[in-house]
Amino acid sequence: MKWVWVSLFAIWPVAAIALSAVSPSMGWWFPESPVTEPAVAEPGAGSSESVNPLGREIDHLFYVILVICGVVFVLTHVGLAWVLFGGARRTVARYFHGNHVLEVVWTLIPAAVLFFIAFYQMEVWAKFRVESYYPADVTPVAEVTGRMYEWRIRYPAPGKTLMDTPQPDDLYAVNELLIPAGEPVLIQLRSQDVQHSFSLPEFRIKQDALPGQRIPVWFQADQAGNYTLLCQELCGWGHYKMGGVVIATPPDEHAAAMAALAAKQQSDGVNQTDDEESEIASTTAVTGERN
Amino acid sequence: MSTLAPPSADAAISGGDPHGAHSEHKQPGFIGRYIFSSDHKVIGMQFLLTTLFMLFVGGAFALAIRWQLAYPWEPLPILGKALFPTTGGRITPEFYTMLFTMHGTVMVFLVIIPILAGAFGNFLIPLQIGAEDMAFPRLNMASYWIYWPAVFCFGYSYYAAGSLGAGASSGWTAYPLLSALPDANPGTGPAQTWWLYGLTLVGVSSMMGSVNYLTTIINMRAPGMTLFRMPMSIWGMFITAILQAFALPVLTAASLMLIADRELGTCFFIPTGQLLPGADVATVGGGQPLLWQHLFWFYSHPAVYIMVLPAMGMVSDMLACHCRKPLFGYKPMIYSMTAIAGLGFVVWGHHMFTSGMNPALGMTFMVSTILIALPSGIKVFNWIGTIWGGHVRFNTVLLNCAAFVSMFITGGLSGIFMAAVPVDVYFHDTYFIVAHFHYILFGATLFGVFAAIHHWFPKMTGRSMSERVGQLHFGITFLAFHGVFFPMHLLGMAGMPRRYADPYVHPPFENLLGMNEFMTWAAIVMGAAQLLLVANFFGSWAFGKKAGRNPWLANGLEWSAPSPPPHGNFDLPPVCYRGPYEYSSPVVMPDRDYLPQDEPAEAHAVQGA
Repeated sequence: MKWVWVSLFAIWPVAAIALSAVSPSMGWWFPESPVTEPAVAEPGAGSSESVNPLGREIDHLFYVILVICGVVFVLTHVGLAWVLFGGARRTVARYFHGNHVLEVVWTLIPAAVLFFIAFYQMEVWAKFRVESYYPADVTPVAEVTGRMYEWRIRYPAPGKTLMDTPQPDDLYAVNELLIPAGEPVLIQLRSQDVQHSFSLPEFRIKQDALPGQRIPVWFQADQAGNYTLLCQELCGWGHYKMGGVVIATPPDEHAAAMAALAAKQQSDGVNQTDDEESEIASTTAVTGERN
Repeated sequence: MSTLAPPSADAAISGGDPHGAHSEHKQPGFIGRYIFSSDHKVIGMQFLLTTLFMLFVGGAFALAIRWQLAYPWEPLPILGKALFPTTGGRITPEFYTMLFTMHGTVMVFLVIIPILAGAFGNFLIPLQIGAEDMAFPRLNMASYWIYWPAVFCFGYSYYAAGSLGAGASSGWTAYPLLSALPDANPGTGPAQTWWLYGLTLVGVSSMMGSVNYLTTIINMRAPGMTLFRMPMSIWGMFITAILQAFALPVLTAASLMLIADRELGTCFFIPTGQLLPGADVATVGGGQPLLWQHLFWFYSHPAVYIMVLPAMGMVSDMLACHCRKPLFGYKPMIYSMTAIAGLGFVVWGHHMFTSGMNPALGMTFMVSTILIALPSGIKVFNWIGTIWGGHVRFNTVLLNCAAFVSMFITGGLSGIFMAAVPVDVYFHDTYFIVAHFHYILFGATLFGVFAAIHHWFPKMTGRSMSERVGQLHFGITFLAFHGVFFPMHLLGMAGMPRRYADPYVHPPFENLLGMNEFMTWAAIVMGAAQLLLVANFFGSWAFGKKAGRNPWLANGLEWSAPSPPPHGNFDLPPVCYRGPYEYSSPVVMPDRDYLPQDEPAEAHAVQGA
């Protein structure tokens, strides 16, 4: 029986690694980015690579840690199985209280590895959260406000910049965030009621919406497509269904989509003419100057 | 010497007076002996039985959660019709939030913390240091009996609003504003207040225990039991008690502040101008919800170590005993445990990497958090070193201990991913986190507890547990455990969020349903396997083989007391001559491979380490 138990401790890590190795092809890995519509149907057929340059850096850090931890996992479990195997064969135990050299070795080596891991993360973290490390050309595109159980989005009128306080000509949408693809965009994240978390799995981006604060979050979609937007901080019974979509389109299409949104929102429903659209455009130009 | 003495417990108790202050209570009635007892062993057993019961309660919540994740919105079998008549037995999303809130609450506050400190701390501390009882027996009794009002408060939170569908539902972490605004959700009304009362009371219970353990360990060690002759279990309990004594007041304060926000109109955690849907007026505010997270995790991160350090200590003792070999690196083990406890106070911010706190703090907390892997790693290496070269007994105790080591490695390594801030940004609030802490809290701590139950059961009851049933329980639990929790890493990789009643409404998670079904069935098997533990526990208590004083041929002082030890524990006050890990010592080999701590040194020329 003891050999069964020893092999159990040797086999489960192998099974775990095997399962992890096949999981990318089963769709149990980083979410696949649907770059076309409709979403890629077959698991394993899309790309698990993040659409966000920063997301790809995060993935790189993940794989660095995965390799280090994978090696440690294998070595320690080989060690554990080996000493159990040896222990199962022995009839007399060896009498010793430890080994000073070994203690020093297995303190210093892990310490060096751990410091490496820690300091290797700093730059990416700074790029994500420290404003002076943000991309120079990052543009605030919208204010995103979490509320039970939806994301409210406030855009500045076309041609204008996003203000901290709502403007009369702001455009509003729910659960649908339009962004231009291929350039870094920034949203101002707020909460209207309780805590929420703005989460874009395909971008590897997550930031809590903290009541009472406005938090800038930047990201970039390298490719056009529809991406998942989730809430990942418990916000009440409807937490699970609070989601939306980030629609990234090439900049010219994006501009057109924003103009269409503006036209739709500012139309009175009666006089939907070309004149009106140009009027809207001139109004925004004027107010834009005033701002 | 006393190992050789005949079991003359009754004579020792009625003749001598080894337990001073209790002498006037020598013949308590049934109630005094088993209900309102001030005997540390009875209190320990009360904690053990209560927490094992609560383990099943928390497990039932877990199975209901698993059911919903595998078969979303399908009627819950067995209890569904009774619990949810209006929905045809389906779990509502409101109730789902209550389920995981209560699962977390029960498992953390009513099972893991009290089963380690309350059950094993109480039972082992006086026995292992050679004392006749705790320093404050009545405080000890109070610490158990205040646990029940806490259970009542947590339980009553389900009925506080007059119906079942209104339990506390803001997660076991109770983040404001959800937990601060009574109108926010069905479960944040009176239920949340009752939940907070419960939280405060379990804190009081822990604090009473902690003060008692510290005093007992510092003042009541047997002659010769120096600090560096204490078994690792005692070191684990000692360091845990220090953590509790310094971290708990913060949680209690936070809890009272949140109660004040809810009941007295203060705004510690409530900022200005937040408007709930349907509310007429925005919050008055001026407060800061992040403050709660800081205060909560300032306790609850050290609490993570409170939930594992005693198990580490006990596993060290059991590994040495069942490998018939001195513990590898006794002092490095103690220093690394101390380092874990010390660093444990400066890592709480790693729960808040995405919370919006100052990004510079994120970096600080990342470095301290990654560093805590260092002493944890040292402990792992020392455990493997302890097994290395041992004459290993493959019994239930050893198997559970080895599982502890294996799972602690796994859970510890997955912790590195989330300690690294940028990577945590992706993994935060996904199932990767759930996998991580279940590998530590269930995989490590609970397997350590299973081992400890089998190891000290003969001392608790005087009888041995069935080895056959024990190994069967271990085998099924071990396999089913990996079946439930290892795939959670992969769910987390795929980004599946925690606390979602139905993740599959979001297209990226649709293909995870199959894996969740598999996990649920593994969970059901694992839950059923725990019935073996219960059957073995009570069956062996009634019918098990008589164990005698020292069935494992172990060294600790507790094994020289009768099994079960009487009130006052030892025949004669023991004297300690050496460290607890003198197994296979050349001094007594090859006659026997153990050398009890209280065996006088004169017989052998050599002193142990």
